[in-house]
Amino acid sequence: MALAADAPKDSFRLSMLVYDTRYRSYTIQIVVLVLFGMALAWLLNNTAQNLALRGKEFNFGFLWQRAGYDIGQQLIPYSNDSTHFRALLVGLLNTLVVAFWGCIFATVIGTIVGVLRLSKNWLVSRLMTVYVEMFRNVPLLLWILLSYVILSETTPAPRDFRVTDEMAAAGTEPAASMMFFDTVAVTNRGTNIPAPVFERGLGTLDLGFMSLNLTFWAVAAVIVASVFVNRRMVVGARAQQEATGIRPVIWWKSILILFGPVIALLVAMGLDLEVPELKGFNFQGGILVAHSFTALTIALSLYTAAFVAEIVRAGILAISRGQTEAAFALGLRPNRTMSLIILPQALRVIIPPLISQYLNLTKNTSLGIAVSYLDLRGTLGGITLNQTGRELESMLLMMMIYLSLSLIISAVMNMYNRAVQLKAR
Amino acid sequence: MDQHFARTDMLPPLPPPIAERGAVKWMRENLFSSALNIVLTVLGVLAIFWLVKSSLPWWLNSVWNANSLSECRQIVAANAGEGATGACWAMIRQWWGAFIFGFYPPDQWWRPITAFGLLLSALAPVLFSGQKRNLIIVLGGVAVFLLVALTLADAPGGAFALAILLVAGLLGLALVQPGRLFWFTLVYPALCFWLLWGGPIWSPIVAMAGFGVLYAVFRLSSSVIGLAPAAGAGIVAAAFWWLYLEEPVVRALQTALPFALQSINSDQFGGFLLAIVIGVTGITFSLPIGILLALGRQSDMLIVKTLSVGFIEFIRGVPLITLLFTASLLLQYFLPPGTNFDIILRVIILVTFFAAAYLAEVIRGGLAALPRGQYEAADALGLDYWRAQRLIILPQALKVSIPSIVSTFIGLFKDTTLVAFVGLMDPLKGVTQIVRADINWKGIYWEPYIFVGAIFFLICFGMSRYSMHLERKLKTDHR
Repeated sequence: MALAADAPKDSFRLSMLVYDTRYRSYTIQIVVLVLFGMALAWLLNNTAQNLALRGKEFNFGFLWQRAGYDIGQQLIPYSNDSTHFRALLVGLLNTLVVAFWGCIFATVIGTIVGVLRLSKNWLVSRLMTVYVEMFRNVPLLLWILLSYVILSETTPAPRDFRVTDEMAAAGTEPAASMMFFDTVAVTNRGTNIPAPVFERGLGTLDLGFMSLNLTFWAVAAVIVASVFVNRRMVVGARAQQEATGIRPVIWWKSILILFGPVIALLVAMGLDLEVPELKGFNFQGGILVAHSFTALTIALSLYTAAFVAEIVRAGILAISRGQTEAAFALGLRPNRTMSLIILPQALRVIIPPLISQYLNLTKNTSLGIAVSYLDLRGTLGGITLNQTGRELESMLLMMMIYLSLSLIISAVMNMYNRAVQLKAR
Repeated sequence: MDQHFARTDMLPPLPPPIAERGAVKWMRENLFSSALNIVLTVLGVLAIFWLVKSSLPWWLNSVWNANSLSECRQIVAANAGEGATGACWAMIRQWWGAFIFGFYPPDQWWRPITAFGLLLSALAPVLFSGQKRNLIIVLGGVAVFLLVALTLADAPGGAFALAILLVAGLLGLALVQPGRLFWFTLVYPALCFWLLWGGPIWSPIVAMAGFGVLYAVFRLSSSVIGLAPAAGAGIVAAAFWWLYLEEPVVRALQTALPFALQSINSDQFGGFLLAIVIGVTGITFSLPIGILLALGRQSDMLIVKTLSVGFIEFIRGVPLITLLFTASLLLQYFLPPGTNFDIILRVIILVTFFAAAYLAEVIRGGLAALPRGQYEAADALGLDYWRAQRLIILPQALKVSIPSIVSTFIGLFKDTTLVAFVGLMDPLKGVTQIVRADINWKGIYWEPYIFVGAIFFLICFGMSRYSMHLERKLKTDHR
């Protein structure tokens, strides 16, 4: 009797590579891999040929040549004698600073708008809908260009701030005046804001390859330390509450720890504000914030805030009404309900799309080129590229930097996301 | 005799108290329900009041007839008194051609107009498939639009008649056999290319014939060598056709039957014509590529999956501007020496890839949202991979992701403005810069931005409304 367990032993045929599902996926993968390899080889070969034709070679040596151009906004010392690499760093920091402020403003405005859009107030919710639809359906470039043009063409010239002797005698006001107790002046050349100066600053530490601004780092270190200590105290208070049922009063300690050391350090270093003053034809002293920076930050924040508002609204709507009712049934007041019941749950829905908005905002800072803001795209991908003629190296380097920036932001935000997600046990 | 008093009829109900009815009740509930709401309402009213107060005179004092900004300001001052502000829409009147068509020669404007009308007719069968009434409304609208716009643009008589005849034919087809309209949608890309860029009519026809070659070879050889090899043979034959046969055939046909439109260079394209060309082409091609990438990312095959993930994450990690610069600066390094192809085409390719990567992620979300049972049911029915995807998985996954797909499309259309950075003349930066550099209109800023912004708003808002309509139409659950 023949055993049924005897599997039919087919000999391997070539056509089985296509028609037998056991082998087909390998065939497809190998074909794809070969095609991909061929395409890559073709591209590399073309690139090598083209580079040879133009008499260029692929190296990044140009990064250590003298840059020879000036950058208006520099967060680390830079002059036109610095290297292209230094220019790249300045540009990268400019990108980051816009992205940083943009993310903060967008989150704050977006949250307010998103909550107000859900408000029972008919007028306010309609106004917020108009805001969201208006900003979402018009290109970001328009908002950047428009805010830049408004800032630079409608603001007064520095001479409009002058009070001449005749005007003082006649008692007439100048055409324009400074804001915030005469500390901030918005002119058509930029916004002059007061600068912090230190009478007894700690100076800079020269490490050879770079110099550290000790004053800045000291303040930063003190802030980080006080935040850390405060956190420890809050954790301790919570532990005590859980053990004894009584929460110790710590708010005044918190305030003292958070602000005391910083203020003490600043006073010790002799902090003073250098207020911009009109001298000659322009304002002297203080910090001049270029309109390109202001316009870019305003436009990016308002544009992204419209998207954030929709995300916040969707997040709050995703929490079922039963949660609110259950909280009320437990006797929680409305604001406690919001902070203890609704927000922690809504955050889980809100954060993943919020991450991608932050990424979009960071990538959109590259539109700063429209208003000549010298960010990474403007320095490395703009002037450096044009001066050295190294398109291939500059573009690849720039793409890699943007790519790593995106990956870092999404990694950090994903860590936070994991912290607030529901822990399933 | 004691009298009893009893009502024989009911009293009419009293109206509710004044605070509980009509406008007062509505305002109490919607505007002044709590202290916070009162504050918000007051702030809102103040904001609206401030906006209206500062901009209403500007709108009311609009000037439509002037030759320069200074003339505008004089007219406003003469009409509304010294110091009054007024919009100067005369700029739009003078420059609208550049905003819409860029530097496309004015005597050829009928070509983009016809292409646009036919675009709507080609889209209608896709957007409103199976809705005969909507189809006829759209086609009728296109006919009226073409009649008016072509008359205004002084189209040559032959072109005018042909365009109207074509739309009339489509309208007739829609009445008899709406299903057949898809054929026009398939032919449209070649027709549109020829209308916009000009040149001999034979090049698009011969290029489309390549697909005919593909199909014929596939059909003839599939019975002999099997489906998959036949598809390969078809692709090889079509590639051979496009690479080696196309040029001589076009030349031969052109000498035999010369019929050509004036050639238009890519640098003459601009304004909304450019935005729509890039946007529509990008949208059309990014959807299939995005679906393939999403399927690749979900695939069990390691190499396919890795390549898809790498492509998607790379494209999503860099700004679109750097990709556009790649199109304008780096493509010359990656292609064989001496190749140089059209900048608009290069930009379209990269914009398509960019949108496809985002779409892939959106569609992946839709695929992940499907319950596993759907995949298992498809397997249990014995469907092969592509049938299962086409009949069971994708229709559901795409339906779930419609809102996100459309917002990706809206993003793509808005991003077409970025082509300004590679020297193309988009409506926003390109054309507006030229207008603002004109000596007559130096210093104008609200008007061009409002004009361009309003058109973008209409298109994008329309797209988002259409997606809502589609969602409602495709909704099959009964919740």
